[in-house]
Amino acid sequence: MLNIKDLHVSLEEEDKEILKGLSLELEAGKVHAIMGPNGSGKSTLSYVLSGKDGYEVTGGSAQLDGQDLLDMDPEERAAAGLFLAFQYPVEIPGVGNMTFLRTAVNAQRKLRGEDEMSAGDFLKAVREKAKSLKIDADMLKRPVNVGFSGGEKKRNEILQMAMLGPKMCILDETDSGLDVDAMKLVAEGVNALRSPDRTFLVITHYQRLLDHIKPDVVHIMADGKIIKSGGPELALEVENNGYADILGEVA
Amino acid sequence: MVFPPKSTVKSKAKMDLTSAALDQVPTFDGAGWADKARAAARDRVAAMGLPVGRDEYWKYTDPTVFTDTDPRFDGAVAASDVFAGADALTVTIVDGAVTGDLPQIDGLDIQSLADAATADIHWAQDTFGVLEAAGQTNVERPLAAMTTALAQDGLMIQVTADIPQPLRIVYATAGGQANVHHVVKLAPGAGLTILEEGLAGARAATNMEVAVADGARFDHLRVVPVVAQRDLNTHIFARLEADATFRSFTLTPGGAMTRNEAVIDILGDNATAHIAGACLGDGDFHHDDTVFVTHDAVDCESRQVFKKVLRNGAKGIFQGKILVRPDAQKTDGYQISQSLLLDDDSQFLAKPELEIYADDVACSHGSTSGAIDEDALFYLRSRGVPHATAVDLLTLSFMAEAIEEIADPDLADIVLAHLEQTLSARQ
Ligand SMILES: Nc1ncnc2c1ncn2[C@@H]1O[C@H](COP(=O)(O)OP(=O)(O)O)[C@@H](O)[C@H]1O
Ligand SMILES: [Mg+2]
Repeated sequence: MLNIKDLHVSLEEEDKEILKGLSLELEAGKVHAIMGPNGSGKSTLSYVLSGKDGYEVTGGSAQLDGQDLLDMDPEERAAAGLFLAFQYPVEIPGVGNMTFLRTAVNAQRKLRGEDEMSAGDFLKAVREKAKSLKIDADMLKRPVNVGFSGGEKKRNEILQMAMLGPKMCILDETDSGLDVDAMKLVAEGVNALRSPDRTFLVITHYQRLLDHIKPDVVHIMADGKIIKSGGPELALEVENNGYADILGEVA
Repeated sequence: MVFPPKSTVKSKAKMDLTSAALDQVPTFDGAGWADKARAAARDRVAAMGLPVGRDEYWKYTDPTVFTDTDPRFDGAVAASDVFAGADALTVTIVDGAVTGDLPQIDGLDIQSLADAATADIHWAQDTFGVLEAAGQTNVERPLAAMTTALAQDGLMIQVTADIPQPLRIVYATAGGQANVHHVVKLAPGAGLTILEEGLAGARAATNMEVAVADGARFDHLRVVPVVAQRDLNTHIFARLEADATFRSFTLTPGGAMTRNEAVIDILGDNATAHIAGACLGDGDFHHDDTVFVTHDAVDCESRQVFKKVLRNGAKGIFQGKILVRPDAQKTDGYQISQSLLLDDDSQFLAKPELEIYADDVACSHGSTSGAIDEDALFYLRSRGVPHATAVDLLTLSFMAEAIEEIADPDLADIVLAHLEQTLSARQ
């Protein structure tokens, strides 16, 4: 599904390399988790994959089902099936959540050469998905993320993911700032979307999210590289001993 | 209390310009009430002189396009139909002349100025040219006096009930200059919503004098059509008595030169005045909102909300003042003017002013100029929204605070839909 080969990325503004030869191979239908200390480049990876400005790819490649992601505009990557649930979802005053969702859904369809979703179908789909994420009508009407609590913002990200139906989902610290109940809701939302042709890359600090979203593979990232990969037990090891042991073992 | 004295020394260039212009204006020797008011307006123009670029009040906007003998543009502009679905009473004004039958319903008396002017006496005579003249007190507004002198038509509207149906004024023109003068007089407790759309001329000047008596309501919504080659200067003079409410909103989605002046005098306690505007400028576009709100009563509220989205060298101007007189305690005054600059070629200049002589007031003002929020843009694009559509959504987001000033939700929806359509048509 997603193949990242020897990816090198620097900041455009300053001469600083953040990703230093990162490789990952994510198969269809699998859940991969990335854990790693703060500042190791996890958010940078998610931004570079989804096309944010300000980063310069100095080497390597990233392909989504054989398509070169790095040459595409962010909206083209989205239409090709890539989705990033932001660590810090952005507030957009004056644009209703519903308007935003409908614009996004139909824009993607248009980019893919499909027909727009009818207003009725759209409403029905939103209501159903919002309900399972405990997002009420008021939240749907309010401006995008404005005045939302941390948990509401993250649930809103999952709602967008559910409506857009991407094949490659990247979740950047979706658990941060969530209490246990909110985390369960988010995890249920994600699990409901798991399917043989959808892949997840779950970036997290903590084991606890991985209790709810069971990963197939866990990667440890440090200083812009994947330094160790393993099964779910790797996450437990981090939980119990921190990163020090693993970092020491690799060094 | 001493307000700054007006400069009495006029430059020769100004006086030459003025006398040349006044040569084109009739001397109004008619005995009718309107001609007397026009003659007085003509005298005001002679005394003040027409604006020139060196005048402080015209620092950011070159008045030449308004004072040149001939209009620079001459294209026709068809009647627009933004509010066609608003279930309104409609009046059409073609090339500055009121056409067709005027609606007459209980509580709403409408006459054309052309007809009203032939009467010996008229209810409008204590308002026509009177609010405009009063509006010259702190700052000279010679173009408004010129419009009073020149306008041969417009609507004289007397309201004695709260009219639920809006009155829609539609302008159309074959080109050239048009001058229109409206008077709206609302009796105590009366109410009216006026919708204005279209252009009176390729170069158009409109005055609207609005007297809002105790507890009366006036709502005004104006949508200027998307026509590049036209010059427009408008003046609103409003006088509010106790418990009156006044709201005015203008959408300007294009046009070479616009100067919209509003002079609002709040004379009665517990009155409310809101004035707002949103404009979309692209290329050869210069839009100037100049507002002067005077608080002269207790417990009143005023809001000024102006948003400008500019690109390809478009220019936006805001000059806004809140004057709070010594007795106007408990004044709540708010003023915000903001621009969203979509490129480095575009420009926004603002002169926000507070002048406060009362001690128990809450007034705030702010002015900002900013580029598009890159994080928001990326967020939208990462959801599959194409760049241009994302910029449009952020444009709507930016304008939302001004559009929220429209009191009636159905009318606000019409304006918003029109704005969305205008945005998507220009991509
Ligand atoms: N736009 C930026 N400007 C400056 N430094 C940045 C920027 N983006 C990332 N960095 C730096 O890159 C490193 C990795 O950051 P990030 O990807 O956010 O790490 P993580 O998500 O793993 O905590 C950090 O040292 C961070 O300070
Ligand atoms: Mg991060």
